[in-house]
This record gives sequence, structure tokens and C-alpha cells, in this order.
Amino acid sequence: MNDAPSNNTKAMTRVTHKPVAERRAVVVRFCGDSGDGMQVAGAQLTYTSALAGNDIATFPDFPAEIRAPRGTLAGVSGFQIQFAADEVLTPGDEVDALVAMNPAALKTNVSWLKPGATVIVDDDAFDDRGLRHAGYDANPLEDGSLEGFDVLRAPVTSLTKEAVAETGLGRKDAERCRNFFALGLVYWLFGRDMQPTLDSIEAKFGEAEGGAVAAGARKALNAGWSYGETTEALERSYIVPAAKLPPGRYRNLTGNEALVLGLIAAARLSNKTVFYAAYPITPASDILHHLARQRAQGVRTFQAEDEIASVTACIGAAFGGAMAVTGSSGPGIALKAEALGLAVMLELPMIVIDVQRGGPSTGLPTKPEQTDLLLAMFGRSGEAPMPVLAPAGPGDCFDTMIEAWRIATRLMTPVMVLSDAFTANGAEPWRVPELSELERIPVTHPETPPEDGPFKPYSRDEMLARPWAVPGTPGLEHRIGGLEKKDGTGNISYDPANHQHMTDTRARKVENAQALIPDLEVFGPETGDVLVLGWGGTFGACREAVQIARTEGLSVAHAQLRHLNPFPKNMRDILGNYRHVLVPELNSGQLSAVIRARLEVPARSLSKVQGRPFTVHEILTRIRELCAGETTA
Amino acid sequence: MNKPDIIPEPMPADYATDQEVRWCPGCGDFAVLNQMRKVLASIKAKRENTVFISGIGCASRFPYYLDTYGLHGIHGRAPAIATGLKRMRPELDVWVVTGDGDGLSIGVGHLVHALRRNVNVKILLFNNRVYGLTKGQFSPTSFPGQISRSTPFGSVLEPLNALTTAIAANASFVARAVDTQADTLSEVLHRAAAHKGSVFVEIYQNCHVFNDGVFEYAKDKKTRADHVVELADGQPMVFGANRDKGLRQKGFGLEVVSLGDGVTEGDLVVHDEQAAEPTLAHLLAAMRHPEMPEAIGVLRAVERPTQNELMGKGDAPMKTQEEADRDLETLLKGKDSWVVE
Ligand code: SF4
Repeated sequence: MNDAPSNNTKAMTRVTHKPVAERRAVVVRFCGDSGDGMQVAGAQLTYTSALAGNDIATFPDFPAEIRAPRGTLAGVSGFQIQFAADEVLTPGDEVDALVAMNPAALKTNVSWLKPGATVIVDDDAFDDRGLRHAGYDANPLEDGSLEGFDVLRAPVTSLTKEAVAETGLGRKDAERCRNFFALGLVYWLFGRDMQPTLDSIEAKFGEAEGGAVAAGARKALNAGWSYGETTEALERSYIVPAAKLPPGRYRNLTGNEALVLGLIAAARLSNKTVFYAAYPITPASDILHHLARQRAQGVRTFQAEDEIASVTACIGAAFGGAMAVTGSSGPGIALKAEALGLAVMLELPMIVIDVQRGGPSTGLPTKPEQTDLLLAMFGRSGEAPMPVLAPAGPGDCFDTMIEAWRIATRLMTPVMVLSDAFTANGAEPWRVPELSELERIPVTHPETPPEDGPFKPYSRDEMLARPWAVPGTPGLEHRIGGLEKKDGTGNISYDPANHQHMTDTRARKVENAQALIPDLEVFGPETGDVLVLGWGGTFGACREAVQIARTEGLSVAHAQLRHLNPFPKNMRDILGNYRHVLVPELNSGQLSAVIRARLEVPARSLSKVQGRPFTVHEILTRIRELCAGETTA
Repeated sequence: MNKPDIIPEPMPADYATDQEVRWCPGCGDFAVLNQMRKVLASIKAKRENTVFISGIGCASRFPYYLDTYGLHGIHGRAPAIATGLKRMRPELDVWVVTGDGDGLSIGVGHLVHALRRNVNVKILLFNNRVYGLTKGQFSPTSFPGQISRSTPFGSVLEPLNALTTAIAANASFVARAVDTQADTLSEVLHRAAAHKGSVFVEIYQNCHVFNDGVFEYAKDKKTRADHVVELADGQPMVFGANRDKGLRQKGFGLEVVSLGDGVTEGDLVVHDEQAAEPTLAHLLAAMRHPEMPEAIGVLRAVERPTQNELMGKGDAPMKTQEEADRDLETLLKGKDSWVVE
């Protein structure tokens, strides 16, 4: 069922002789020091699980500090994945199997464990030093605090060293293979094929240190598997059957990767070249990294001297006719605000990506939040509206980029896209579209001056868009700027009536995006007690909570809003069909405030600002409460 | 009325727009605008391929008065706007018009990076040592003692030197001119237009309303020869109304000497615009009135690869629609996809 390239011909399919039990869904979480390679292990398990046909959702949980002191709580890096035989919408509320590489990792993650969960620890790391670093007074493996869990004390460090001894790797390099040992053990536990990972090791490390690194990683992986097979502490392994995904070609994508593919596709569909200007900032930098590698696709990246330069360079590039895109996170978007006002005034198309993180200020740079909604909608001087979109998960980032560019060019306006740290770094299987499934984006530039007089840069079509005339075109020379301008000619105008007209026109133009976007779709009954209205990255948790609530017989539906400005045409009607509208959002109620103000619907906010995504349980609990008693809003 | 696409022998007036020029009467900006139109006509600049980009300030109104493409941006950001445009449209001739507040205060970060990257834009910085549009605050180039509305007791801090800043950023072309001194301004603008790489020209510009006469020493026909040294490549640095003074090397610096009494032109420093090391340009840029004559003309003109030459090497070649579509399909598929039947 898969045709992934396999260049390593030494087939490595090892078969367990212990009993195997079947599970529909499993949540695994790797955690360790930020240098322990937990993200690598997580990514490998994700890939092999996807190849095995499971549906998956992942949640990389990065520490804020790149290199916190070893073994401390601040340095713990985690990677959670749920793989399942059925549709998976979230990385899971609770963990079935935790791999903790040191005491700090155990301490920070023990609260996520399901009752009876399997806990695999590196026993070697639970020495006095490790326990002290993590702030444990007593060894949690011995004081009974892990009662109720299935604890496997594996001497990961010493067995890894033993396994890689003959490769000649030094102590440090040998210890770096610990993650592969742990991964091998997890592969045994869930019956995973090791071959894809062996191929990746080959591709990644190849001849490094004369091939010793690759050999070490391979041996550690195998040793981990063998340990699982031989240790008496593990009685059985588990298998999760393949899910029934709709037919097609699939690959695994993170949100940031999907954004990048979406941008490149949008450029192709409109016959444009991507100009991506950005300044390094977590968690948006990966967009720059991925795009920088795509020169052959015509992408031009520009790492600017600051956030303001990145957006103003986009203004220059857009004036020149390019597909200009800038990306950042909240603090950077705040810095771009003045220039975005100029872009609104100039009525030039561009895409602005905000990968939201915990704020305000530096806040929680690696953690997800949805606290920039009002910034995106209103955070500019004067009245400077722009369309705002939010992808509902990693894969949806692809389509959102194409839609954003379609709107930007059709209306001649900057478009803001709100992703978040959870969506950006999370991965899921994405069905690769055929090019023929993607609609072209027609973009035209006037080439000749009008017959009847001078070119008017602020003349408008039926959607109120102005012409995108680019330098280099004879006869269309014109000047645009941030001063208020007369509609039509674009000449500077201080006329009060004209300013009113232009302010209204800019707003109406953005409202016209309603004609370009689809209606809000509802999952579940058309009327009922509760509509859960999510936006952006909360999709999975909202949908799963609603699915469970419906199996409980509750009258509840779900809609995920991708279009935050303007709202879809049918939105007010839809919201009116339910007794309660519940808006779960990772902020203090920003969307519900806008809904109350604009649609006069008494939306209820389910707010969470903890730098963590919603659990399904949190949303489900609120749905049950609303259905159970409260009858008035 | 539409102008014809190609004007065989353009006149300065062909580069004028129908917009009323709104500077204070007596403002030095008028002289620079007139000179710019003359230079554009003289080099037969194609209006459609010429773009003027500005920030905010009196000088930044410039684009509205030139019938080319133009973009009046926000405060300080013109070099960054120009950088983005030039990266995507290398064939355009892009000029940036800025001032001492716009370019050396709020926008100094963009200025030095545009110069460092050798973007191949021509940056004209109108220095009047004061904020004009906001009505008379001291600027980063104001001298200690300057009374302004925000320094009623006189400015006390050291100014920023526009030219040493540009040289520190490794600008490949650095020059200075004076608004009303047509011959050097014309020459410098011609040279700027022809230079391949980022150009930085400081233009001493009189703000008639808020800082009148601040450059009188360099403008007054009677005294200017004693206060400025007009640079000529390959020539010894002689100045003075009677051409009886010169610049001689002293230690790591320059000193003024009188010619005669055993001092000859052979003892003077010879100008070298193309010196690979910017040391001489820096010494010339740092000379300050009244202790020293100030340098007018081209201080530095070196060749080094432009942003587009360096970054453009990696740009993808033009593809046919089919090729581009196929490449996209390959990209979307990736290297590790699988098929679900
Ligand atoms: S304020 Fe000064 S610089 Fe501005 S237009 Fe008037 S004279 Fe010129």
C-alpha cells in the first residue's frame, strides 16, 4: 500500500514472537532534554506510522530555550503523536505511552498520562544528579508515585553505548544515539517497520565520521527493538490497523511546510514569482527556511534587517508586480503595522502570515495562542481593514494560501493569514492534489493607457479593485503614496467628502471578499442546542468534542470559521439556528467579542490562555454543561 | 493628455507632472528638483523605467513632481521599499529621495543595509539639519548649539555624519553636493545615474524656514572656495579662492597647508575615488566646517557586485508553462509520499 522509495535493500522487517494486541488509537509522547533528539524520534515515528496507513496528528512541544542547562525542567522538549485506525483530529488529550529520557522529562509530563499508561524511562538517567536537576527529593521510580502506571526501567544509556561500541564512536556521539534506542523500543511496542527509518538514517548521516554515525544510529535502533523483544517486563506489543483514508497520494506535512507549498502553488497558478521577505522569529522562521531552499521553483527570499524592512520590501516588490509575502509572529506583526496601513492605502496585493505564539511581548515564543485576532483585524492606525483568514490545521494551510492570494489579487489588498505555533509545527497526512484540481488565479496588469485621457491608478472595477499597473509599462506612469488620494486619479486630496468616500470604499472592498469565499459549513444538525464555532488551529479539538457529544445524544453541531474578515454571508443565519453559540479560542474571547459586536449574536466564549492547545475534554465538558441546563444565553 | 511613449529628445519639462509643487518659497528642494529633471532629460531616462521612492519629510514629496513611476512611502522606509522592488525588477532605474530625519534617524537601519547590500539604487539624502515638515525640531545632523523648537536652549549632542555613515556601510558610491550649486550637483547626479551599485549622495539643502543659512559657508559665491574642496579624481587636493591651500597627510589624518614657502602641490594628497580601502574617503567625509574645508563631489566610486548580481545567480531560469507545472507537481508530491488505493 505504499510506494515510498527504499534504497536500502537489506530488508529489516523483524517479527515479534510475543503476543500482539490490537488497538484503535495510540498516543505516544517522547520527552527529554532539548539535545536528546526527541523531535527526530517523533518525526520518524510520525513518518513510519503514516506509511503504515494510520491517520495521525502530532504536537511538537518545544522548550523556549534553545539550550537550557542539561537535565533541567526548562530544557524539556516533547513530541506527541496520535496514530489511529480511524480518523484522527488531535494529537490526543492523554498519553498511552510516555518515553522519558531523564527525571525532568518525567516530572514535566507525568500529568498527561492516561491511567495504566506505559512509561518508559532511561533508568541510567535517574541518578542523584539527574534527580537533583529535576528537583526530585526522592526517586519517583521507587517511591510509589508512579503506581497505576506500567513503568519500564530500561537502561537506555548503557545499552546504547554497548550497542554502538564497535562503531568506534566517541562517548558523546554514542550517547547521541539514545533516541534511536528509545525509538527502536517504541517500534517494537507498536509493531512498526524499521526500514523507513533505516533509510532515513542512511540519507541523513551517510558517510559522516566514515559512516560511524549512521552505523551507530542503526545499531541503537535495532538494539532498542531487541530489548523490547527480550525484556520480561514487556509481555506484549500492540498493533494499530491502517485507517481508511480516501484514496489518493499522501504525504506528511507540518503547517509551515503546507504554507510553503501553498505559496508556491499560488504563484504558479497566477504565473507569478514568490518574493518572501522576513526577519527571523519563532515560530515563523521555518517558512523562511523552507522557502529559501525552493529557488528552483522561482522563489526569491529576502532576510531583511528588521520586520519593518521585510514588509516594506514586500510593498516595493508588490508595486513591481510580484507575489509579495511576509511572515512573522505577533511581535513582528505589531512592528509591521504602520507599513500594513500603507499597503492598505496603496491597495497593493500581498500576503501577511502571522504564526501566532503566546504573548504579549516576548511572551511564550514557542507556545500556541490565538491572541492576535484583534491585532490582525484592527491593529493599524486609522481604519485600515483587510481580509483575515485562518487555516484549520496543518494541511489546510495549503488551501488557505491559495485562497489568500486569490482574494489579494482580485481585490488589490493585503490579506492576513493567522496560523499558530500548534498548526505550524503539527503534522498530519495531506492528500497531494493534482494540478488539475487547483483553479488558476487570473491576474492581469494593464498594458496600454486609456484612449480617453490619462491613466487613473485609482479607477475601480465592479469589485472596487483598482488596476495593478506596474513600472516598466509606457504611458501608465503614476505616483502612489500614503497620503489620502482622490478616488480615480489618485492625486493627493484633503477633501473631507473624498476622505469619507475613500474610507467607505476601502471597507466595502474588503466586504466584497464575501463574494469570493464559500458559505460557512456546519457538521451536524442544522438546528440544535449548541453550535461549537471554532477558528483556526482549534479545529481538531472542536470537531472531536462535538463527535463525542453527538454519540452521547447531545444536540450539538460544529463549524470551523476560516474567514474571520469578512465573515461568510450565511454566518448570522447559521448562528441563529442554535440556542447557544460556543466559541472556544486560545485567547480571552476575541472572536466572540467580534461576533457580538458585528452580528449581535450572544456568542459564549470558552477561553484558554495557557500556551497550550485545547484538550477535547475541555470543550466537551462545556458542551455538556450548556446542553444540560442553561437555557438562556 | 497622454505623452508619447518615446520622446526622442526629452526636455526637462517632459519629466514634470501636473501637480503643483508645494515647498516653501526659497526652499533648496526646488533647485534639486530642477536639476534632477535636467539630468533625466540629459541621460534620456525612460519615464516608464524610472521609479522614485521616498519616505516622509519635505524632500519626500519629490516623486509627486516627476512624471515617472513613484511611491511615496512611510517614514524612513524608502530604502527597504526600493530593495524589494529592485530585487524583483532589476531592470528598473530606482531612485530614493530621503532627508536627514527620514534617512539618518528613523530609517538609518534601512539606509545602511541598502548600501551594504549594494542594491543598485540611487539614494539622495537632502540634509538640511532640521525637521522641516514637522516644523522645526533638531535632527540627527544638527550641530551642538542649534536652537530648534525641541532644543530651545540649544542642541548639545554630537551629530551623525551622513557620509561617514555611508562609508562605514561600504557604499560603493559616495558623494556630496550643494542644492544651488548647479555644476557639481549636475555632475554628481550624472555620475550617480551611471554608477552600477548603491549610490549615496548627500545634498546640502537649505531649509529657508527653520534653518536658513546653515550652509551659507558652502553656498556663498564669495566665500565658498575657502570653505570647500572640490574633489577631482587623480588631482591633488587644492582649494581656496586663490587656489593657494591644500590638504596634506598628517599622521593618520589630513591637515590644511598653504602652498608656497616650500610646500608644493606635490606634497598634497591626490584624490583616488577608486581606492579599495575607504580610508581616504572617510577622512574626506569627516572634514567639518569651520576647522576644515568640506569635501564636495565624489568621495568614493568603487565597483563591487550588486545585490542582484550576487543573489540573482541563484534565481531560477525562465520556464515554460509546462515545465513550471511539472516542477510544481514534483514538488507537491515530495520525496516521501505514499498512495492509498
Ligand atoms: S520647511 Fe524647509 S525644507 Fe520644508 S519645504 Fe519649507 S523650506 Fe523646504
